[in-house]
Amino acid sequence: MAATLKDATAIVGIGQTAFAKQLPQSEKELACRAILAALDDAGIDPSEVDAFSSYTMEETDEVEVAKAIGAGDVTFFSKIGYGGGGSCATVGHLAAAVATGQASVGVAWRSRKRGSGPRPWKNTAVQLPTPGQWTRPFGLLRPADEIGMLARRYMHEYGATRDHLFNVAMACRNRANENPAAMMYERPLTREMYMTARMISDPLCLFDNCLETDGALACVIVSAERARDCRQKPVYVHSVAQGLPSQHHGMVNYWNDDPLSGPAWTAARHLWKQADFGPQDVDVAQIYDAFTPLIPLSLEGYGFCGRGEGASFTEGGALEIGGRLPINTGGGGLSEAYVHGFNLINEGVKQLRGISTAQVPDAATCLVTAGEGVPTSAILLRA
Amino acid sequence: MQTTSTPATPAAPGTTPDELLLPVPDEDGAPFWEYAAQGELRVQACAAPACGKLRFPPRPCCPHCRSFDSEWRLMSGRGRIWSYVRPHPPLLPAYAAQAPYNVILVELADAPQIRLVGNLVTSPDAPLDSVDPARLRIGARVQVVFTETGGTPVPRWVLEKS
Repeated sequence: MAATLKDATAIVGIGQTAFAKQLPQSEKELACRAILAALDDAGIDPSEVDAFSSYTMEETDEVEVAKAIGAGDVTFFSKIGYGGGGSCATVGHLAAAVATGQASVGVAWRSRKRGSGPRPWKNTAVQLPTPGQWTRPFGLLRPADEIGMLARRYMHEYGATRDHLFNVAMACRNRANENPAAMMYERPLTREMYMTARMISDPLCLFDNCLETDGALACVIVSAERARDCRQKPVYVHSVAQGLPSQHHGMVNYWNDDPLSGPAWTAARHLWKQADFGPQDVDVAQIYDAFTPLIPLSLEGYGFCGRGEGASFTEGGALEIGGRLPINTGGGGLSEAYVHGFNLINEGVKQLRGISTAQVPDAATCLVTAGEGVPTSAILLRA
Repeated sequence: MQTTSTPATPAAPGTTPDELLLPVPDEDGAPFWEYAAQGELRVQACAAPACGKLRFPPRPCCPHCRSFDSEWRLMSGRGRIWSYVRPHPPLLPAYAAQAPYNVILVELADAPQIRLVGNLVTSPDAPLDSVDPARLRIGARVQVVFTETGGTPVPRWVLEKS
């Protein structure tokens, strides 16, 4: 194999807008603001950008973004499928493009108005024939219902309880309480609030669901060589992987031999194969948390524990700062903002720069994952 | 509230008159719904003599032997609840009106790897919330029944009489 992506590129700039239930700006404007902030953070002029990567459900095309920010001639652009499963793949695609000389300055971004905009499942016209014909007529309407189905089975099979899911929600909320940019800053959660919360899709309650958020984020990727001359300390892209398992069926992965083994398992195998270190060497993790059950499932998938041990892994403060594996240190999708997982990428960069609001001391390695349940992606970052 | 003298509002495409969602079959899935209209639960199977494996959701060719020949095999209609959820609002209005209802995932007795999303009801035409939630249990034995909703027959499930 001629080329390797290992540490060949680095994230040198990150940017974000405010996160809120409702922002006045359009998605396009939010995208531009986040991208310009990330380029400014890197100390790179927008005219030098020649690569873009986004993922589906992004309303603003790279054509619009490139025009608005005054990018140069663009020689690489990609859009990754499956919504939240594509977040980390944007970094992966740009790393590959830069490492192979297809471009020199790449920008990945996500802009959303899910706080004030429409929710996709409210529009019956978007119900796709496959697999919608097998689920929607029966009232399995929302992602929370689809994941709730897996969660109930997981609880049944492995003895996971609502207390385990609460551990996840609590860890994310505690970190958000330390992060002034988070939507849940200064809004603590208690076990009683969790246990008495209204159900959304029983067994999942309100606090098992991510936030609806308006906001945007972006990051800038260049070669490791160029990164040395940028304004910020480089955060190297150590390993990247996508995952679409054999016979996978999307969020309703009910027709697989083992519906509880999602795309995380596939992405993880490739991710670790390419890396110089393993799960035991990860200092901090940013794990896609649209719903709390995705955390125990991902902990298993990425090899932090064995099959069925993801729930018990959350016990004893393991996910908190100082615990076995601090996660989602900005608050995650559950408590910082749900910007389709992109905030997890930027938070990973902050940890390895040493500037997180919930800093893990001397963090040098970070796993970031994209949406589990759909064809997914993940990256390993190192300082 | 609609009275008998008010002209009926045509249902939105893809919905029943009371705005539950109807299946929108694709080319591969259409036979499932055509058999359902005859009161039959059939699953696509490979028609290659040496293979014959069942597959779901339906698709053009067999992932095991890549044959494009398929047939629709009659199932016994018996199964077990593999998992279930109880959706609460916010939901589409027609579903919110019946919430919290149940959605179950049934593994077929004849083919445990084939799992169908459905609803557990007390009788074919009963509402989606007709079964006492205390009776929902993973592993419970169920039997398929068919009901007409907005002119489209859909499978539903009742607890098997023990």
